[in-house]
Amino acid sequence: MGEAALKLAESDPFAVADVSVETQQAVERFLYRQAEILDEKQWDDWLALYTKDGHYWMPAREDQTDGDGVPNIFWENNDIMKMRIRRNNHPHAHSQAPENRLCHVVSNVIIEDEAPNGDIVVRSRFHCAEYLRYEVRQFTGKYRHLLVRDGDSYKIALQRVDLVNREGPWEYVMQWWL
Amino acid sequence: MTQSQTWTDEKIAALVEPDRVHRLAYTDQELFDLEMERIFEKLWIYIGHESQVKEPGDYYLARVGRQPMVMTRDGKGEIHVLYNRCPHRGAQLCTARAGNAGKHLRCSYHAWTFNLDGRIDAIPAINGYDGTRFDKNDPLFHIKKAPRADNYRGFWFASLAEDGPGLEEHLGQAKIALDQLIDRAPGKECEVVGDCFQMVQQSNWKIFLENQIDVSHPGATHESTGYAAMTVEEDMKAAGETPPLEYGFLTDFKRIGIDGWDKFGTTGHPQGHTTLEGYMGLRPDDPDTNEYVRLMYDAYGETKAEEILGVDMHHVLLYPCNSVQPPLQQLRTIRPLAPNKTLTEIWQFRLKDAPEAIYRRSLGYYYLVNSPSTMVNADDLFNWWKCQNGLTSDGGDWISLHRNAGQDLPPDDHGIVHSAPASMSELPLRHMMQVWKDYMTNGHAKVGG
Ligand code: FES
Ligand SMILES: [Fe+2]
Repeated sequence: MGEAALKLAESDPFAVADVSVETQQAVERFLYRQAEILDEKQWDDWLALYTKDGHYWMPAREDQTDGDGVPNIFWENNDIMKMRIRRNNHPHAHSQAPENRLCHVVSNVIIEDEAPNGDIVVRSRFHCAEYLRYEVRQFTGKYRHLLVRDGDSYKIALQRVDLVNREGPWEYVMQWWL
Repeated sequence: MTQSQTWTDEKIAALVEPDRVHRLAYTDQELFDLEMERIFEKLWIYIGHESQVKEPGDYYLARVGRQPMVMTRDGKGEIHVLYNRCPHRGAQLCTARAGNAGKHLRCSYHAWTFNLDGRIDAIPAINGYDGTRFDKNDPLFHIKKAPRADNYRGFWFASLAEDGPGLEEHLGQAKIALDQLIDRAPGKECEVVGDCFQMVQQSNWKIFLENQIDVSHPGATHESTGYAAMTVEEDMKAAGETPPLEYGFLTDFKRIGIDGWDKFGTTGHPQGHTTLEGYMGLRPDDPDTNEYVRLMYDAYGETKAEEILGVDMHHVLLYPCNSVQPPLQQLRTIRPLAPNKTLTEIWQFRLKDAPEAIYRRSLGYYYLVNSPSTMVNADDLFNWWKCQNGLTSDGGDWISLHRNAGQDLPPDDHGIVHSAPASMSELPLRHMMQVWKDYMTNGHAKVGG
């Protein structure tokens, strides 16, 4: 099991850490900025959000504790994220024409652990509307981030995304992260 | 077979010519209902693998044509395929996609309970039935069973027709698809990995089957993904890293291009099954593969192991409902819902006692090609949806299947037709529609046999 997955699995998912207002604000700002980067398709900034071996992970089941070695809806490191960006921006990415639009609202931000070195485990909820081919569809779910300290900000070592409808069936596939 | 006023045998037959098919075969609701009756509620339809119901009391839902079915395992370990309907007043018995019912299936409405083979166990206040026509031993009051249920090496199928060819006869030579899912395991067994991905295609079920063995599409449809994967591979190599082997599944689309797919032969079987040969032998000379081959030699002996690994079959379609990719341990089942709506269940299998790396390779394919975030099937799904839309228009009545028409090789000893050498022939598409015509009119296939 990866170190980041282990940390997330071991953190109490209902804990509420007693953190400073500054920490709370900095973490919230980070999460809001991540959502904005995704909605505005600022892909260089997106890749820079993650540590070198960081992962974006959307499990297919709630009881999964690690994305490695099991089926997932998303399990992506920097290389696969780059592949997805380059593919979706290719003129012959047929399913992406016309291009989609995403709009996120992130809320209910609760820091569950602040390590002595400043690393953070934080959970939050999101709602996202996707506009594609003249229709809107809705996604909603829970984020859990393992953030590692990086200067005065953070980088994502692991982001877990639990969709409320993770079992499907899927009306059509997802081509961008949520 | 009920007779249709609109769709007489003559009219159905006129939809399928040797090199083209009329669009109504893909869009008409009445034809769809006839397909359900004459194909999906008659032929052997895939239910699931025995490992989906491992323990006594386990159940898993399946749809056969328009019928909601459930596969159960009873206390003796036996598997049954039942209609998911209570014989009392008709309530659906199992609502979750999968679960464990314990010792009995208990109806939520009036608490009748049933054994896992469908027989009545108990009815509350049963004396109310004294002196009525109700009879606990009458099968009418048991959960109805599929008229025929059978398995081939742990893969369960049901036929809703009382008689017809047996399962093995129906599978014929195409049973190699299922053999390969098992025989490639040094432990000589396979099992499902996790739960399946369920995806709804906004298109006719035949469009899906036709796409799976259509070699003229990958280079065109999947070009963007092939290109992106190739640039990432190049970046990794430039940084001194080794790209994972499964990226090769994607770079192939770019490497082979649009017109490089003529190396891969296709076939059509008399029952309607079709195959696409070659493409992904997956015998690279790397330590993981070599370790796997060594385990296969230990299990089977060199000759037999080489015979198993030598089968290089990218795709086998078991007509009318399965798409199997044996070297990658992937199996898809389609459940048509409407002329323009098809549910797919996508499974990955694990080969018993194969090295972890071999499982990971197949998982890589499952993720990159078959998951809900796939960068490959995304474009397929989109093309099928566009085809479905185009076929509902008056912009033309026919779809063209002319590529290498008239050049198919004559049937071999098994009645199997083969594509012309070095062609990207549309043979399997023509073949499936000829068989469709037979099933829809005569009630049995006779193509090539
Ligand atoms: S409908 Fe099932 S017990 Fe009445
Ligand atoms: Fe494809």
